[in-house]
Amino acid sequence: MSSASPAATGPLGAVRRIFGGGTGPVFVVLLTLLVVMLLLNPSFFQPASLMAFLRNAAPLIILAAGQYFVIVSGEFDLSVGSLVGAQVVIAAKLIDGDESRTWPVIMLMLGFGLLVGLVNGLVTTLLKVPSFITTLGMMLVLAGAIRLWTGGAPTGALSESFRQWGRMGIEVPVLRQIPYAALIMIVIAVLTVLLMRGPYGRTLVATGDNDVAASFAGAQVWQVRTLAFVLSGLLATVAGILIGGFAGVTAQVGDGMEFTAITAVVLGGVVLGGGRGWIVGAMAGALTYRLLERLLVQLDMPSTLNPTIQGVIIILALAYGSRRLWGRRRRRAAQPITTKPQPSGAE
Amino acid sequence: MITPTPDGELLRIRGLSKSFFGVEVLHGIDLTVQAGEVHGLVGENGAGKSTVMKTLAGVHTADSGSIELDGKEVSFDHPLQAQRGGVATVFQEFNLLPERTVAENVYLAREPRSGGLVQRRRMEQDTASLMQDLGIVDIDAGAKVRTLSVAQQQVVEIVKAMSFDARLISMDEPTAALADHEVELLYQLIGRLRERGVAVLYVSHRLQEIFDLCDRITVLKDGSLVDTVESNEITPDELVRKMVGRTISSFFPEPREGTEIGDIRLSVRQGGNRMLNGISFDVRAGEIVGLAGLQGSGRTEIAHALFGVERFTRGSITVDGRTFSPRSPRQAVRAGLALVTEDRKAEGLALNQSVAANARLVLDAALPGRGSSRAARLSGILSSLELAAASDAQEVRLLSGGNQQKVVLAKWLVTDPQVMVLDEPTRGIDVGAKRAVYELMRDLTAEGMAIILISSELPEVIGMSDRIVVLNDGEISGELPHNTDEETVMSFATGQDNVEAAS
Ligand SMILES: Nc1ncnc2c1ncn2[C@@H]1O[C@H](COP(=O)(O)OP(=O)(O)OP(=O)(O)O)[C@@H](O)[C@H]1O
Ligand SMILES: [Mg+2]
Repeated sequence: MSSASPAATGPLGAVRRIFGGGTGPVFVVLLTLLVVMLLLNPSFFQPASLMAFLRNAAPLIILAAGQYFVIVSGEFDLSVGSLVGAQVVIAAKLIDGDESRTWPVIMLMLGFGLLVGLVNGLVTTLLKVPSFITTLGMMLVLAGAIRLWTGGAPTGALSESFRQWGRMGIEVPVLRQIPYAALIMIVIAVLTVLLMRGPYGRTLVATGDNDVAASFAGAQVWQVRTLAFVLSGLLATVAGILIGGFAGVTAQVGDGMEFTAITAVVLGGVVLGGGRGWIVGAMAGALTYRLLERLLVQLDMPSTLNPTIQGVIIILALAYGSRRLWGRRRRRAAQPITTKPQPSGAE
Repeated sequence: MITPTPDGELLRIRGLSKSFFGVEVLHGIDLTVQAGEVHGLVGENGAGKSTVMKTLAGVHTADSGSIELDGKEVSFDHPLQAQRGGVATVFQEFNLLPERTVAENVYLAREPRSGGLVQRRRMEQDTASLMQDLGIVDIDAGAKVRTLSVAQQQVVEIVKAMSFDARLISMDEPTAALADHEVELLYQLIGRLRERGVAVLYVSHRLQEIFDLCDRITVLKDGSLVDTVESNEITPDELVRKMVGRTISSFFPEPREGTEIGDIRLSVRQGGNRMLNGISFDVRAGEIVGLAGLQGSGRTEIAHALFGVERFTRGSITVDGRTFSPRSPRQAVRAGLALVTEDRKAEGLALNQSVAANARLVLDAALPGRGSSRAARLSGILSSLELAAASDAQEVRLLSGGNQQKVVLAKWLVTDPQVMVLDEPTRGIDVGAKRAVYELMRDLTAEGMAIILISSELPEVIGMSDRIVVLNDGEISGELPHNTDEETVMSFATGQDNVEAAS
């Protein structure tokens, strides 16, 4: 039997992988925006301002990486924005300006982020509450609890060694200062890419694509998905640490960031509904989004336009994703034998 | 209604070519179909049969070539348009909505209305009288599709096609999901369509059917037309040679020299649950045990129980002498079991992922750590199955049906299972690949694997199994030796032989 059929190899295949595969467009957009920026404001590319931009973009990129895990598994995490806010408030209150508490509190925050992700994951997978509802609930619970705990206005202060992560960097020649935020972002990018290339990553994407098949193949679907939520909670915590150091202490710092992160992820070609998309695309989506914002500032556009842009991107992505979901439902609906039991933990 | 051109020619396809992403998969196909003719379309997996049908049905548009209906050139952009034009298609996948009634499905999106309200009564009456015309008696127009058997659902698809006054119905592997006795239903229906002068374009990998049903047969190979022949002027072996380009023995391969039936690998005692009762059987190393029975008799349920999907609530299982009560497929995989599921799209594959990702999914999901050394063997396994894919990176959904099945087989073979449960392993795969699967089963048993074979194709169960366990209504009705004839197996399967002692 011959093995000649449509090629994904060769130059044509490469072009298709870039433009047709979902991840391609974001790089094209990113490149275009960079060129426009170069034309409008060449000074943007001076090391200092470029590094400042990266520092500013890093938290969103990290959030987008976390959101990617959840979205590619076929779920949503709407709680990351208020988790960022909660973490900043927790840090300020517990550290209260005391340098020696910095590391214990950072550990505690990571633990808290893990716990939030765990609850999101378990409620979604074991209690079978749609993740949209679960994480919306978590978002409200976190916001309410923080308000209750702080009595409205956050108290305390961050320590210098806490704030350095969001503000400082390593001094090097030429680039002057590479922000810690950018370094952390790069480390996270490398680690998450490695994770996605390993057994867990491949199982996660397959689960988002067809959880019944993944379950028959021996995946513990609930564990796989719960871990995605945990990763999202942890990465939101890291983002919170950077944002807190940079922006200071208010409970509102994270407001709306869940939507920004989802926007970034779908901009990066990751399909809502799961099973498709590349983590590098998600992070590139975040970078692109921040660059777009920066460009709007450059063009003297009112920043009040941002939510509109986000909205348009999300609606387009949803329209695309739901078309696919609809197709999948039809396919599922068309299963001829209906008394067939599903493997446990498949849904 | 039917106005064929004088010579009776209904459809003429000329020079049909079609490419996907710059790669041509159909190279100038010519095909004519007469009114009232059943025309077979055969070829290997990936030969382009489904693509011809989809192009005819308006799912794909042809790159070049023409399609004439009654001498008039047509070009359909959408399946609905094709249906209105008299060309209906029963696709490889079902398209019925399970929660709607038969009538609602037949009249989907064009329900008879009065004053904005759907006239349910009229819809059901029309459907009932249409079915009566076609001689279908056992389906209620008001029944939910969910409650019908697979064969009946197939019939509903055809009724739906006929409700458009179809002149030509294409059927893409309509029997792939049917048991042998259900195929009979389809035969009768096709006979009636033929009497009415409706033409049928029929794709199947079951050559028996092709010879039973078809007047003429067109053979495709690698997207090219090989030949169109009168079915009574060719033997099955000659047809196979045209399809595959070489001779393939139509006999089942004998066990390999030196295959030894060894110790008991898997043993079930008095297993039972919601659907099963008193299931007891053994499978030994080097042995193939066939599970025969009608659709719904509990064959797949046994596979699911062994795999921890729908567990036995009574009785016990042992694997290699150790008690084993799997609560999830993962535990079953780790105990050395493998299950090639019967429904590859819903249970077997993540369709948007690559061939490579699917093929190593079990390693990734259930056996991480042991993965990489075994994954290295994957390309060897895939090529021994003669997988036709552009590359390992190709998304599985773009493969032809049979090649998808090969990916499912590969993902289990790579785990080196001790006991392999094959639920309809040759469904939808071509003669050459079928032969390859049979040979593979013989090789695996020679190495000491124990195999449970579930199949609706009786010749396959009989030809391959060392013993045949026959199920009837969730219970074992007999255990028969390997050379049992079809009638005996059927009589046990239908419960007519319960009184006679099983061997
Ligand atoms: N949408 C598509 N995109 C890319 N390639 C496709 C697409 N549809 C089909 N192909 C390719 O076209 C070739 C013919 O496929 P087709 O489904 O027509 O085969 P088939 O003869 O029906 O095979 P089978 O017997 O396995 O169903 C295959 O190589 C397949 O991979
Ligand atoms: Mg096909």
